[in-house]
Parts: sequence; C-alpha cells; structure tokens
Amino acid sequence: MEYLLRNIDSPNSAEITEYEKAGGYEGLKKALKIDPKDLIELVKKSGLRGRGGAGFPTGMKWMFASADPKFPKYLVCNADEGEPGTFKDRPILEKNPHLLIEGMAISAHALKSEKGYIYLRGEYPYAKTVLEKAIAQAYKRGYLGADILGSGIKFDLSVHQGAGAYICGEETALIDSIEGRRGQPRIKPPFPVSVGLFGKPTIVNNVETLSNLPFIVEVGAEAYSKIGNPECPGNKLFCISGHVAKPGVYELPMGTTLRDIIYGHAGGIKNGKALKAVIPGGISTPVFPPDKLDCPMDFVSVPKFGSMLGSGAVIVFDETTCLVRVTWRALKFFEHESCGKCTPCREGTGWLRTVLERIENGQGRPGDVELLEDISKNIAGKTLCPLGDGAASVVMNFIKHFRGEFEGHLKGGCTFNAPEFRQA
Amino acid sequence: MSFFSDKALKELDEIKKRYPTRRAAALPALYVAQKEFGWLSPEAIDAVARHLTLPPAVVKGTATFYSMYKHRQVGRHLIQVCTNVSCMIFGAENLLGLLEEKYGVTPGGTSPDGRFSLVIMECIGACDKAPAMLVDEDFHSDLTRNGIINILESYK
Repeated sequence: MEYLLRNIDSPNSAEITEYEKAGGYEGLKKALKIDPKDLIELVKKSGLRGRGGAGFPTGMKWMFASADPKFPKYLVCNADEGEPGTFKDRPILEKNPHLLIEGMAISAHALKSEKGYIYLRGEYPYAKTVLEKAIAQAYKRGYLGADILGSGIKFDLSVHQGAGAYICGEETALIDSIEGRRGQPRIKPPFPVSVGLFGKPTIVNNVETLSNLPFIVEVGAEAYSKIGNPECPGNKLFCISGHVAKPGVYELPMGTTLRDIIYGHAGGIKNGKALKAVIPGGISTPVFPPDKLDCPMDFVSVPKFGSMLGSGAVIVFDETTCLVRVTWRALKFFEHESCGKCTPCREGTGWLRTVLERIENGQGRPGDVELLEDISKNIAGKTLCPLGDGAASVVMNFIKHFRGEFEGHLKGGCTFNAPEFRQA
Repeated sequence: MSFFSDKALKELDEIKKRYPTRRAAALPALYVAQKEFGWLSPEAIDAVARHLTLPPAVVKGTATFYSMYKHRQVGRHLIQVCTNVSCMIFGAENLLGLLEEKYGVTPGGTSPDGRFSLVIMECIGACDKAPAMLVDEDFHSDLTRNGIINILESYK
C-alpha cells in the first residue's frame, strides 16, 4: 500500500483541502497528544531508518539531539537531492508537500524544536513555489506557527534555497550553507545532533524520512515494523532511469529485489536489448553486473551484494552503453562538485577524470587502468566526507566488473556508438 | 540611496526575519540581488554586503562557491542542459552541438544576438524524462532534436 505517493495523481494533490480530505494532518493531531519522549520511543520502535543514503536509525538520531540540554534545537529537512540518478523526493516536494510539512511538525514536537528549515536544491524552482504556498496554507490552518492547533506548541518553518552544490547534501556542508557560508563539510565530531546549525543541536533528516512520520503515527510502530524487511522496515521510493521501458518513481516495500524493480515494475529493458549493468543506489554506489539482480533492495541486503542502497536511484544500462564513458562522466561530476577542502579528493577526482578522458578518446597508455586503481586507492578513506570515497569506489567497481572494456579501450579507443538523439 | 528597489528591500526584510544571524541571509539575499540586477556584479555583491553589514569578501567568498548564481552577465534567457549519466545515455551531448549550430551558443557562452546563454548542468533530477533542461525557471524534459528547438523558439 502506498502512503508516500498516495493521491499524487490527483491534479490538486498539493492543495491543503485535498490533503485533509485524504486524512491528512490526522497524524499531527494524534502526535500532539503524545509526550515528546514517547514519540521518540515510537519512532525508535518503528525501526525507521534515514532515507538519505546512510540508513541511520532515525529514532536514535532523535534521541541524541533530544538528550542534549542546549536550546533552541533546529530541525532541518534535507531536500538537496543531488545524487545523479535521484529524483525520488521530487514527487513529494512538488505534489505532496503537506505530507512533508506534517512530518516535520510531528518531528518538531518530538524534538521540542521551534524552528525548521527545508534546504531545497536550487535546481527545483517549481518545488520552491509549491512548498512556500503549502507552508502559507499550513500556517493559515494552524498546523504551523506560534500555537499549533491550540496545543501551545510552536513551530516555524521556512524554505532555504540552495544554489547548485552537490556537496550541500552532506549534512555539515548543508548546515554551513544555511549559515551563509561556502558549503564545505565539517570535521565530525562534534556531530550536528549536539553542535549543528548556529552551534545548536540540529537534526537533519531527508524528505522521505520525514514523510514517513504521519503514517508511523497513524498505524503505530508495530504495524510499521512489519512492512518490508524487519531490519529496516517501511516503504522505499525507488527512482529508476536509463534503459528501461517505464522509468519513474516507484513506492515499494524495502527488500523488493532489483529484478522485480527492473522487470516487474519498470517494464524491463527498453527495445528488447540485453542488460549490461545497473547502478543500484545513485551514481556514487558500486555498479552491479547483471548477475546481482536477486539482491533485495534495502539497507542491510545491498551491502552483502557489494554495493549500497544509497538514495534508491537505480540507473540501468543496456548492452549498447560504453561504461568507460559512463565512468568518465561520473568523474567529471565528482571533479566539478568536490568542495576543494581535502587534497586527495580535490586533486584525485581531476586526475581520474583526465585519465578516463584520454582512455575514452583513444589516447590511453599502457598501465592506465592500474593508474586509475592507484589514484582511487589514494583517495578512498582519506577524505572528510563520502564524496571522495564515492568517486574512488565508482572507478574501482566499474574496473572490477568490466576490466576488459577498459583494457579494450587502450587498444584503439571507444568502439561503441555515441548515444543518439532521443526519439520522440 | 539604496541600491535595491523598495520591493526588494521588503523582500530582504522578510528574509532576515527567518534567521538568527545576518550572515545566514546571504544565500537568499544573493538571489534577490541577482533578480534585481540580472547577475552578481561586484556592485551587486557590495550591495548585499552593505545591506547585511558583512564584509564584501565574505559575501563574494560565499557567492562564488555556488554554481547557480550568475557570476557574469548572461543573455536574455539562460539554458541549463543536464548532461549527467542518465541524460548522457539519451544523447544530451548531441543537444549541445545542435544549440551551437542553431543559435551559435556554446557551453559557458552567450549567443551573438544576446538571446541565449548556455550552461552544462549536473543532475537536475529528471532522470526518468531524460534528457532534460531548465530554461530560466522552466523545466523541460524528454528533449528530442526537433523538440528542443520548438521549445526554445518560444523564448524570444
């Protein structure tokens, strides 16, 4: 059963009246009657894990922030989905904004936070218009503001628009960016739950994570914990792109297999071509060859198959795709988005891109594949944030599974046809 | 006399209320300045700095980190084409060649008639409708050879 994308096909799904008609804000009404401590306990028991990529238990994160005696506490929604291949939060932001607002109001009550920000990526100008309108509607109806539904509880919420920096999806860089700084990751500890935004305890949760809360409050921790994989329960938004017949966002229980997602839901490979490779969780996650399709897609199973669930962004490549070119484009991205703070990432991503570029252009030199591996090993584990690790692991894993294709490029360059114009 | 219009000043006042520090208003204030002056000229950066009583170097340092601010003058319309992996495999790079042929605009540049500026974007979150682009604040997807020209012809 869908609870994240419920009603989004209705043309007025972003309107507060539509949302209320479908039972919206009932979770908040219920939550306001629950003591904050019990609410955190409920989330802990539900087993909810953060949907931003790391899969950290939400209830535990909340407990840390709640235990810190400092006030005010800030609640930040990470709506900076910049991981290439990811567009899962977009339908919530553009078509179901009140679900997120309700989730944030519930969270704010649990955390005793009176001020929240939605850090929205600059590339989603339409979502900004929708969210700001929805926030204004929620204030008018008393779901936000100085005295939420007469409970005496206060919570103010505003949108903070990013300006095109992938790194700001990393929570400490995101915090710097709200503070008006260059978005560069901070050294942890201290963690944001104790020293975060403006030096205060701060919870940063992903859009999808926060949007799970109205449903958890509605059905209770026990019922929720039975959906999908009990070790990381609930529904997950999977966004599928690339060479599939029906790309899009699908809300499915955690643990749905990759095979079922690609063939059962996304209609299989486009134009009857053969599958060559799949990136399971966004460009930073290790690529899968076709023999890993039985991997259940959840936070505990994907690592056992050698990758990560990440943001649930599945990118599918058919047999016509040049994977050297894909790796080169990925590294061009990492080079562009490296914030420049850590030398191995700042310098290494550029070198990886340079070497990949010459291999793809037929100017590769003997030993270049080993050189790529060597550079990658000198980035991995040597940077403050996961951007460098992601870049290194993309290169290492494409080489690991498709070494022949890289070696082949050294003998005369790329033999794949360049992608054609899209046909209408 | 203020560098900003009365409307912009009102907007800036609203923005400042949202944050406990002046510096935190920098990103949204830069957007206001960009809308007001078309791009973030040194004068626009100074105006933001003065308005927030921050050193201009601080505001400039922040602004230059972010790729979606306009750090130089751009044409009447800004085309931002995504060429990241999901768009690349559906021929996004071909679109760039087409735009050069048709309008004489290359990535990072502006067409000779000042109509279009072009920027290559990293992922814009429309991977299921690749290739995709933003023109000013409008989003366009499933771009084909003819489709992209038809769309751009409506931007004069």
